[in-house]
Amino acid sequence: MAMLEKAAAQVGGTIDDRFGAAGWIKKTARKVFPDHWSFMLGEIALYSFIILLLTGTFLTLWFQPSQSEVVYHGAYTPLQGLKMSQAYESTLRISFDVRGGLIMRQIHHWAALIFVSAMVVHLCRIFFTGAFRKPRETNWIIGTILLTLALIEGLAGYSLPDDLLSGTGLRITEGVLLSLPLVGTYLSYFLFGGQFPGDDLIARLYTAHVLLIPGIFLALITVHVMLVWYQKHTQYPLPGRTEKNAVGYPFFPVYTAKAGGFFFITFGVTALLSSVATINPIWLFGPYKPGEVSDGTQPDWYMGFLEGSLRMMPPWEIRAWGYTVPMNVLVPALIVPGFMFTALGLYPFIERWVTGDDREHHILDRPRNVPTRTGLGVLAISFWLILLAGGANDLFAITFHLSINSITRAFQVLIIVIPPISYVVTKRICLGLQRRDREKVLHGRETGIIQRLPDGEMIEVHEPISDTEKWMLTQHLSRRPLELEPDTDDNGIPRRRLLLSKARARVSRFYFEDRVEPPTPAEVREIETSGHH
Amino acid sequence: MRRLTVPWTGLTRRRRHRFAPLVVLAAALGVTGGLYTALAPSPHAEAASGVSTASIDQGRGLFLRNCSSCHGLNAEGSSDGPTLIGVGAAAVDFQVGTGRMPAANVGPQIVKKRPSFDAQQTAALAAYVASLAPGPAIPDKSQLDYTNSDIAKGGEIYRTNCAMCHNFAGSGGALTLGKFAPALRGTSPRHMYEAMITGPQSMPVFSDSTMPAKDKREIIAFLRNSAKEPGPGGLSLGKIGPVSEGGVGWLFGLGALIACAVWLGAKAR
Repeated sequence: MAMLEKAAAQVGGTIDDRFGAAGWIKKTARKVFPDHWSFMLGEIALYSFIILLLTGTFLTLWFQPSQSEVVYHGAYTPLQGLKMSQAYESTLRISFDVRGGLIMRQIHHWAALIFVSAMVVHLCRIFFTGAFRKPRETNWIIGTILLTLALIEGLAGYSLPDDLLSGTGLRITEGVLLSLPLVGTYLSYFLFGGQFPGDDLIARLYTAHVLLIPGIFLALITVHVMLVWYQKHTQYPLPGRTEKNAVGYPFFPVYTAKAGGFFFITFGVTALLSSVATINPIWLFGPYKPGEVSDGTQPDWYMGFLEGSLRMMPPWEIRAWGYTVPMNVLVPALIVPGFMFTALGLYPFIERWVTGDDREHHILDRPRNVPTRTGLGVLAISFWLILLAGGANDLFAITFHLSINSITRAFQVLIIVIPPISYVVTKRICLGLQRRDREKVLHGRETGIIQRLPDGEMIEVHEPISDTEKWMLTQHLSRRPLELEPDTDDNGIPRRRLLLSKARARVSRFYFEDRVEPPTPAEVREIETSGHH
Repeated sequence: MRRLTVPWTGLTRRRRHRFAPLVVLAAALGVTGGLYTALAPSPHAEAASGVSTASIDQGRGLFLRNCSSCHGLNAEGSSDGPTLIGVGAAAVDFQVGTGRMPAANVGPQIVKKRPSFDAQQTAALAAYVASLAPGPAIPDKSQLDYTNSDIAKGGEIYRTNCAMCHNFAGSGGALTLGKFAPALRGTSPRHMYEAMITGPQSMPVFSDSTMPAKDKREIIAFLRNSAKEPGPGGLSLGKIGPVSEGGVGWLFGLGALIACAVWLGAKAR
C-alpha cells in the first residue's frame, strides 16, 4: 500500500510540476452535485451523442455520399443488378458486406432515436421543476437550439442512405421549401442543385450531418455542461438545502463512478436493442426513384409531429394574381413548428415577466406547486402528442379497421379541443394535490383507523407527519397575482406604458389567481396547541 | 425369471438404432406424400380449359343457391352486387377461393375469410361464370411458374406499381374511407396473379397489355422471396416503417435507460 501511495504521489507530483494541476484537480474532485434519478436524463442524451459519434465515425469509413449511378453487385440478391446511387449502394455494402456494419448502422440509428427522446424527457424535467429560472435561462436557450439541431441532424441522417423512404422524406422537404412565397423555388433549386432530386443534395447533407451540425453540437453541449458546472446543479427541496448551497456527493469518486457506469449502461442497452430489433431496413425500401412511393412512409418519430400536422391540415390555399400560397403546407410545416419552438425558447422570459421575479432559484419546484405552469406544459405535450399521432393516421386506420378520413377529421377536432381540456384538468389536479398537502400538514395523515368515541361519534384517527415532511410541504413560495399599479403616480402624472402593465397584471392573474396557500407557521402552531386533529 | 417372448422383440431392440429416426421419418413422409397424392384434388383439373357441361351445370346450381340473391338469377347484377357477365373464371377463383365471396357482411370492403366452397365447387362456379361470356381465365401452371423470374426486377416493378398501397414489404396499407390494401405475405401466387388480371374491389386491373405476364411473375417472385426472407437485422417490427421503430425506441430504449437511472439514483434522495 505504501508503495502504491508513493507511486501515485510520484505520478501526481510529475504532473503537478509541469501543469500545476493539483489545485484545479482538488477543487474539481470535491465539487458537490445533488443526486436524483431525474438528473440523469440529460446524461442519457449526452452518452447517446457519444455513441453516435463513435458509430458514425465507423460508418463514414465506407459510406459514399454521392448520387452518381452504379449497378448493384453486392451480397443482397433481391436488389442484384439494379441501378442505384452510390450512397444507397454503399449503405447496402455496410449492411451486408462490411463486417459488423449492420450492427453499427443499427446502433447508430437506435442511439439517434434514444438521443432525441432523452432530450425531450430531459426538457420536460427541466420545465416542470422550474429549473429554467434565473440564472439558467441561457442554458434553456442552448437546450432549445440543441433540440432543434437534433431534428435537422436526424432528418439529414435519415436522408443519406438514398433509399425509397429517405427520398420520399426529401420530396416532402422540397414541397415545404416550395411553399415559401417568393423565395421557395430559388431556395429549392439552391439546396438540391437544380430540379429535384438533383445531384448535389446527398453530398451537401453529408457535410452537414458529419461535420457542421456535430461540430455545433459539440460546442453547445460543452457550454451546456460547463454552465451546469459553473452555475451549480439545482436540487429538490429538503431540510438543509437552500438557495445558497448545494447538498450532495463529491464529483470524485461518486459521480465519476456513477456517470462512467451509466455511460456503459447506455451503450449496453443501445447495443442490446440493436442486436435484437431491426431499424430502418433500407434493403427492403429499395433505391429511391422519384416515381415510386410506399404506403406507410413516415419519418422517424421526432419528425412525426410535423408529418401529423401536414396530414391533418385542411386543404386551404390562397390563389391570387396567378400565384398560389399553399397554406396547407406553409402553416403545418413551417408556422406550427416555428411557433412551437419560439414559445419553447421564450418561456423562461415569459414566466419571469409574469412573476416579476428577479431572484436566483436553485431549489426546484414540485410541479403541483406551480399549477398554471404545469398545466401549460401538459397542454403543450398533449398538442404535440396529437400531432404525433396524426402522423400515423393510416396505421390507426388499418389496425383498428377505421376510416382514415374519419380519423383525420377526429384529429382536426382533438387538436383544438384536447389541449385546453388537459390544461384545465392538470391545473385542477395540481390544486387538489396542494389542498391535500395542506390537509396533511394541518391534520396529519389519514390512518384508516376509525374510532368510536364514548358519546358514539365516529372519527378517523389522523397521524401527525414528521417535521421534515411538514417542512417539505410548506417550504415553497406561493405566488400571488401582481397588483395593478395606480394609473397615475404620486404627483398625479399618468404612468408610462400603462397598457403593458395592465396586460402584465392580467397574465399574472391568469397564472396565480387560483391558488392554495400553504399553511403558515401560525396556523400550524394554533392547530398543535389546540390539540385538534 | 422367465423372459416373455414377444414377436417384435427384434424391432424393439432395433428402435434405438441410429438410423431408426431416419427410417421412421422416411416412412412417415412416404405415407403422408402418398396419401396426399392419392386424396388431394389435382389443381390441374380445376384449371383445365376444357370444362365439361356437367361442371357448368353444377356451377349454375351453386350460383343460384349462393350468389344469385345479389348477383341476379342470370348473373346480370342487381343493386346489391355487380354483374358477373364477362368477369371471367379468374375473378371467381380469386373471390371465392380467398373466401371474400359469398360476402358475410357489407362494410367498406369485403374481407378475406375461410373459403365456403372447396376447390372442386370453386372450379364449377368459375366454369359457370366463364361460360356466360369470355373473360380472364384462371392462370395455368406455366403462367405461374416464377422459379426463374428476376426478383430484383420484380421488386422494381412492385415498388413502381404496388408499393404505394400494399407497402414496401407487402404489409398492406390504408386506403380512403375504411378501405385498405391487404397484406400480401400469405397470399398464394395464383391469387396474386388473379388479383392483378381482374382488379378486385379498389385494386386497378393490370391486364397483359399494361403489364406483361412476365412482369407479373417477377412481382410474385419478389413477394414470395420477401415473405420468406429472414430478417438480417433481428425482429422485423412488422415491416411497417419508422412508426413501430419509434415506439420500440421509446419503450425499450429510453424506458430501459430510465429504469436504470432510477436504479442508480435509488440510494440517495
